[in-house]
Amino acid sequence: MYAFDIERPTTVADAVKLLVASEENQPLSGGQTLIPTLKQRLASPETLISLTGIDEIKGICEDDSGRICIGAATTHAEVASGAGKYPALAALASHIGDPAVRNRGTIGGSLANNDPSACYPAAALGSGAVIVTNSRDIAADDYFQGMFTTALEPGEIITEVKFPVPQKAAYMKFEQPASRFALVGVFVAQYEGGVRVAVTGASEEGVFRWSEAEAALSSDFSASALEGLSLPGDGMISDMHGSGDYRAHLVAVMTRRAVTAAG
Amino acid sequence: MPQVSMTVNGKPATGQIEGRTLLVDFIRETLNLTGTHVGCDTSQCGACVVHVNGKAVKSCTMFAAEAEGADVLTIEGVAAPDGTLDTVQQAFHEHHGLQCGFCTPGMVMSAKALLAENPTPTEAEIRDYLEGNICRCTGYHNIVKAIMAASGQDVSKIAAE
Repeated sequence: MYAFDIERPTTVADAVKLLVASEENQPLSGGQTLIPTLKQRLASPETLISLTGIDEIKGICEDDSGRICIGAATTHAEVASGAGKYPALAALASHIGDPAVRNRGTIGGSLANNDPSACYPAAALGSGAVIVTNSRDIAADDYFQGMFTTALEPGEIITEVKFPVPQKAAYMKFEQPASRFALVGVFVAQYEGGVRVAVTGASEEGVFRWSEAEAALSSDFSASALEGLSLPGDGMISDMHGSGDYRAHLVAVMTRRAVTAAG
Repeated sequence: MPQVSMTVNGKPATGQIEGRTLLVDFIRETLNLTGTHVGCDTSQCGACVVHVNGKAVKSCTMFAAEAEGADVLTIEGVAAPDGTLDTVQQAFHEHHGLQCGFCTPGMVMSAKALLAENPTPTEAEIRDYLEGNICRCTGYHNIVKAIMAASGQDVSKIAAE
């Protein structure tokens, strides 16, 4: 790692002040992606602003409209055990990485990084969640803007994520066994207004909504409603773990499994 | 150079660190507690697992600065002060849950974290929990058996090899 300083503010306001003090400063949440990145010298911040000492962005609660609101610095393990009102979300969190990773990694860190194979982006987009920052609310549909790219501006910190709780939902992940990231993961959620299907791990553009599947499931929420639907392999990630065509095929398989699991 | 203070194995520990000092480097190089191992240095292998405020974490993927004020338990703090092995350590000994021993500190720390959360795990739950702890010698069977035994369960029906 290149040398850098670490600051540990205890309020969001202080964290933002420290973050904007230099363009070379960078926020650090659970560090389960950022620390390996620093070790490879792929990042060289001047100062890391650690967010894990900020109590106001930790914890899980429910707002007046029944949404599950999760503080950005809440760990995957805490979501797995504390988001029981949204079982599909808790289940997703309980299968990220391994137990030690889940004790450090945070929802805000995962969404800010927007790894194309991360699990949380599928939950946020598949639930139509709202990503709350220190300065505004961002709808998930506007937030994800491609691989490792989000609507976050420099100096902006995610503070909370608000998830509307669906009638039914499930996440199915085809795991890449070495990294434990999703080779393909599909989050399906049925709301009163329709069904949302979000796919991670597959597209070169990062997490996306599969609109044809959403339309089919909105009129008939069953795996059979998906028969004949498929996505092209073009634009899908193609690497040593699987070709684009293979990933496209997996998307359809995992979507059917998610619908069946959601019941 | 900034200073960090934490409690390690029940004793206060203070030292000078850089921002980039990893918790595992502080434990091994500043405190000379070399039982915590660095296997992969890429968060995969789990040889560096320690407990921070009661939670298992990979100490190669956490900065020492972030453990300020924390209560850290390493493998050196597991046995009683007179050297009497802890239940998990004793079970690893009795069921031959190790060969070369490199992964063992992390295995024991993960096993202890599992049993704190789930005192009588099934074999499948143990295997699932050890997903982030890699052993290249044992094939895991005896590790799983040791953890089952440490939880007070009958291990006579588990395959030996």
